[in-house]
Amino acid sequence: MRFVDEFRSGELAQKLVHELATLVEPGRTLKIMEVCGGHTHAIYKHGIEDLVPPEIDYVHGPGCPVCVIPMGRVDDAIALAERPEVIFTTFGDMMRVPGGRGSLLEAKARGADVRMVYSPLDALELARRNPEREVIFFAIGFETTAPATAVTLLRARKEGIRNFSAFCNHVTIGPPLKAILDSPGLQLDAFIAPGHVSTVIGTRPYDFIVRDYAKPVVVTAFEPIDILHATVMLVRQLREGRCEVENQYTRVVRRDGNPRALAALEETMELRDTFEWRGLGWIEQSALKLRPELADWDAEARFELPGTRIDDPKACQCGEVLIGAIKPWECKVFGTACTPERPIGTCMVSSEGACAAYYNYGRLQRRRDRVPA
Amino acid sequence: MRPRRPKLRDELITLAHGAGGKATRALVEGLFLEELDNPLLAPLSDSALLELNGSRLAFTTDSYVVKPIFFPGGDIGELAVNGTVNDLAVAGARPVALSAGFVIEEGFAVADLRRIAASMARAAAAAGVPVATGDTKVVERGNADGLYVTTAGIGVVPPGVELGPERVRPGDRVLVSGTIGDHGMAVMVARGELELEVDLESDTAPVLELALALLDLGGAVRWMRDPTRGGLATTLNELAQQAGVAVVLDETSLPLRPAVVGTCEILGIDPLYVASEGRLVAVVSAEACDVALAVLQSHPLGAGAAIVGEVRAEPEGLVLLDTSLGGSRIVDMLVGDPLPRIC
Repeated sequence: MRFVDEFRSGELAQKLVHELATLVEPGRTLKIMEVCGGHTHAIYKHGIEDLVPPEIDYVHGPGCPVCVIPMGRVDDAIALAERPEVIFTTFGDMMRVPGGRGSLLEAKARGADVRMVYSPLDALELARRNPEREVIFFAIGFETTAPATAVTLLRARKEGIRNFSAFCNHVTIGPPLKAILDSPGLQLDAFIAPGHVSTVIGTRPYDFIVRDYAKPVVVTAFEPIDILHATVMLVRQLREGRCEVENQYTRVVRRDGNPRALAALEETMELRDTFEWRGLGWIEQSALKLRPELADWDAEARFELPGTRIDDPKACQCGEVLIGAIKPWECKVFGTACTPERPIGTCMVSSEGACAAYYNYGRLQRRRDRVPA
Repeated sequence: MRPRRPKLRDELITLAHGAGGKATRALVEGLFLEELDNPLLAPLSDSALLELNGSRLAFTTDSYVVKPIFFPGGDIGELAVNGTVNDLAVAGARPVALSAGFVIEEGFAVADLRRIAASMARAAAAAGVPVATGDTKVVERGNADGLYVTTAGIGVVPPGVELGPERVRPGDRVLVSGTIGDHGMAVMVARGELELEVDLESDTAPVLELALALLDLGGAVRWMRDPTRGGLATTLNELAQQAGVAVVLDETSLPLRPAVVGTCEILGIDPLYVASEGRLVAVVSAEACDVALAVLQSHPLGAGAAIVGEVRAEPEGLVLLDTSLGGSRIVDMLVGDPLPRIC
C-alpha cells in the first residue's frame, strides 16, 4: 500500500515535529481536542505523543460512535436480537459493548442470532436470502455511516424488501461539540475536526466553533502525517492570532460536503428532539430517527422495545473523559475495575475509545514517567 | 515469572474464548489448568515434554474448525497436519506419528472428504510422519459446520536440544521466517463476506525443516513458536510474560504482503494479531542472528525471513513496537477476535 506509506514516513514526520518545536511557546501547554475516535486510535497506534513537543496535549473527544451509545440502547438492541424471528446484524466493534444485561456477544452465546456485518448492504442481502426471518440492522455512527444506512433503506423500499429494518442510533457531530464547548471550566485551545464525517457534511458545520467560541479548527485526515500536519496548522493559527476553519483533508473534503449523501440522509432521516449520549447525558437535536414515511423499515416503529433508561455506572467517568476534563488514566476505575476484558464504560470497549486506545497502546509513556530510565 | 493466573468470570462461553487472546487465557488457566493441573500441563506450551526411558518426547494436540474448509492455498486437512507437525517442530522435536479425529456433519460430500484425506496424506508425507491412528464420528445435520478435524502428534526431542522461555536473554533477537498474517487474511477474504477482490493465499506449510536447520546452531537458538491464532503479537506477549522480558519490534522490519496490509487497513485490523500457519518465530542470540537469518533465507519456505526485533530486560512482560514514524507503543494481547472497526 504505497499510498498509505507516504503518509507514515518518519522523515516527513521529523520535519513537521521540528516545525512544531519552533512554533510552540516553551512551557505553555496547548490543549488540542481530536474529536474523532479514529484520530485517537491513530495517535496511539503510531506513537504520535512520543514525537510532539511536551507543550502539545491531545485531548480525546466524543467522536467514537461506539462509545457514545447509552446502555439502555444496547439493552434495546439485545431485546430485538433475542426475538426468535430476528437476525440481528451489527458492526463488529458493537458486539462487546456492555449494556445493563451484558453484551450482544453474550446474547449470541445465549442463543440470539447475532451476526457481524461490514455494511448495512450486507444486512439487506441477508434479508433477501432469508425471507422468513426479520433482519434488523443496528445502525450506529455519525454522519459518516448514516448515509450508508440511508441508501440501504432507500434500496429496501425500492425493492419492496419488507423483512428488513434499521434500529436507528445515528448521531450528529455538531451538538456534542457545542455541549463540550458550553461545559464550565473548559480548557481547550483548538480542535482537530473529524475527516470522514466532514466528507459528508463539509466544513461549514464547524463555523460556529470559530465564530461563537473563538477556537481554531482544522478538518483532518487519519494518517499520522495528517495529524501532525493539522497540529502544525492549529499551532500556527494560535501563534498568528488567527481563528479559522481550515481544511487539511483537501484530498477528499469539500466545503459543502457530499450533496448526494446529504440528500439521501434528508430523504430518510430527521432530527430527534433529544437523545441520550453515554457520559454526556441528553443533548437536544443531536441524533437522527427514520422519517415516518419509512416506518415500515424502522425497527423502533415495528417492534416493541423495553426502552429502559440505565444510569451510567457510578464508578465510570467516561463522561469526563469524553469532554476532555480528565485523561483516561485519571479515571478511578481505569485499568483496575475497567479493562478491555471487563469494560465498565464504553470508552474501554472500542479500539477507538480513548480509554481502550490508551490502555492498549499508551501505558508505556506513563511507565516511563513513573520510572525514569 | 508467569503473572497471577487469570480468573474465568464469565457464565457462558462466547466466541472471544476461542480467539487466542486474554479471554482464551482466562478459559485455559482459570478452568482447564485449575481442574487438570499437573507438571506436564502447567507450562502451557504448544507441546508437552515428557521423559520416557531416558528419551524426551513432545506431545501435542490441536483442533481445526476453519471456515471455509477449502481456501486459497490449502484446506482443513493440510492445515490439521501442518499445524500439529509445526507444534512439535517448534518444541525442537522430530515428529514420529500423528493421530486424526474427524467429526463429520451428516450430508458432507464423500468426494470432499476424500480430497481432504488426500491432502492430509501429502502434508504428512512432506513432513515424513505417518497418520498412525484415527477416529470418525458423524453428527446430525446442523450439529457441526461440515467438518471438524482434531490431530495429535508425538515427536522425539534429540539430546542436547534445549528450548524455552527461561533461556531467552536481553539482547537476543527475534526472527520470523516469512510474511505474517497471510493465512488469517486469506481465510477471511475467502469467506466472501467482504466483497474484496484480493489475491491472497494461506501460508500453510510445515516449518519442520526450518526448525531443524535452526537447531543445528545449538544453544544460540533460545525459543521457537509458530504464530498461529492471535498472530505474532499474541505469541510474543506469551513469551514476554513467561520469560519476564520485554520484546521490542521494529515496525519497518516486519515482513508483510501489501495485500495483507491493504485488507487489514480496510477492516481496521492489525496484522500483528492475524494468524500464520506456516511461519516460525525464533529468538536467537545477537551473535548468531545473522547466521540464523541466512539459514532461514536459504530455504524456500524461509526466503522472506527477517529480524524483526529484540529482547530487552525492561519493561518486563510487555511487547512494544517502534513505529515507522519514530514513536513507540504497546502491543498488548487482545481480549477476543480483532473486531473490524466501524469507520
